[in-house]
Amino acid sequence: MGSHGRWAAFTRVRGGGAAIALDDIEISILRSLTTQLLELVGPGSLPDGADDDPLAALLADGPTEPPKDPALARLFPSAYEQDADAAEFRRFTENDLRARKREDALAVLRTLDGGGPRIELTGDQARQWLGTLNDLRLTLGSRLEVTEEEGNGLDRLDDEDPRKPLMIAYQWFGLLQETLLDVLTAGR
Amino acid sequence: MEPVSVAPAEVERPDVSEAPFEAPAPDVPWVTLVHNDPVNLMSYVTYVFQTYFGYSKSKAKKLMEDVHYKGRAVVSSGTREEMERDVQAMHGYGLWATLTQDH
Repeated sequence: MGSHGRWAAFTRVRGGGAAIALDDIEISILRSLTTQLLELVGPGSLPDGADDDPLAALLADGPTEPPKDPALARLFPSAYEQDADAAEFRRFTENDLRARKREDALAVLRTLDGGGPRIELTGDQARQWLGTLNDLRLTLGSRLEVTEEEGNGLDRLDDEDPRKPLMIAYQWFGLLQETLLDVLTAGR
Repeated sequence: MEPVSVAPAEVERPDVSEAPFEAPAPDVPWVTLVHNDPVNLMSYVTYVFQTYFGYSKSKAKKLMEDVHYKGRAVVSSGTREEMERDVQAMHGYGLWATLTQDH
């Protein structure tokens, strides 16, 4: 992927959807990183036994502390500067937010299940892809320590650099997201 | 206590700083702040402001530019409950947002 520098773009489909042609390698990269995102987001903190009891899981309080992992902390930021308010807000919102991000990522995996090359999305699936592509970029951006400043060297990594494959994926997801946005905002 | 009146999203709210002599009251509006980050695409941030708040493309783009160049921007104001809803929605879209009471 990427060696030829020609990545596919999303195009419009009648009825508000989007379509793209992906080869097997691209599909496997998307599948692998989306699966890792799912594992990272996880179910959040559930009390013992909540797995077997949907009602208990529903009523369970969420966490009050920001996640330790920097990527998770970026996906689930604090809503208030004051710790007490932030903890209270997080307790009532983080589990819902995790569930939504999981649903989006699972929807992406399901659309990849049929194999390529042509992946066709409904409008709703396109919006779920948009969300997951953004979560993937936030996660990779955190891992790669992407900054606004020039000179972090990320765009000129050696081929042997272990960050290189992640950086290529990060740039590719940016292009996918950009062209998907073009489709979703066409005519606005 | 009645919540402050809720204007349609497109209507510009009066700048609170124009009334500097009013003592802070419990019904002083809360605001949702979106902070700059190096990852989110400018086109995506504009899309989120248009889609969630229903802002015009020009208003959404202006807010995105404020976020990008000034570091943060007030994207909505209202009651605390309304702003908690907006912040939660922004987090859902992956934007870095906080709420605070306007002073």
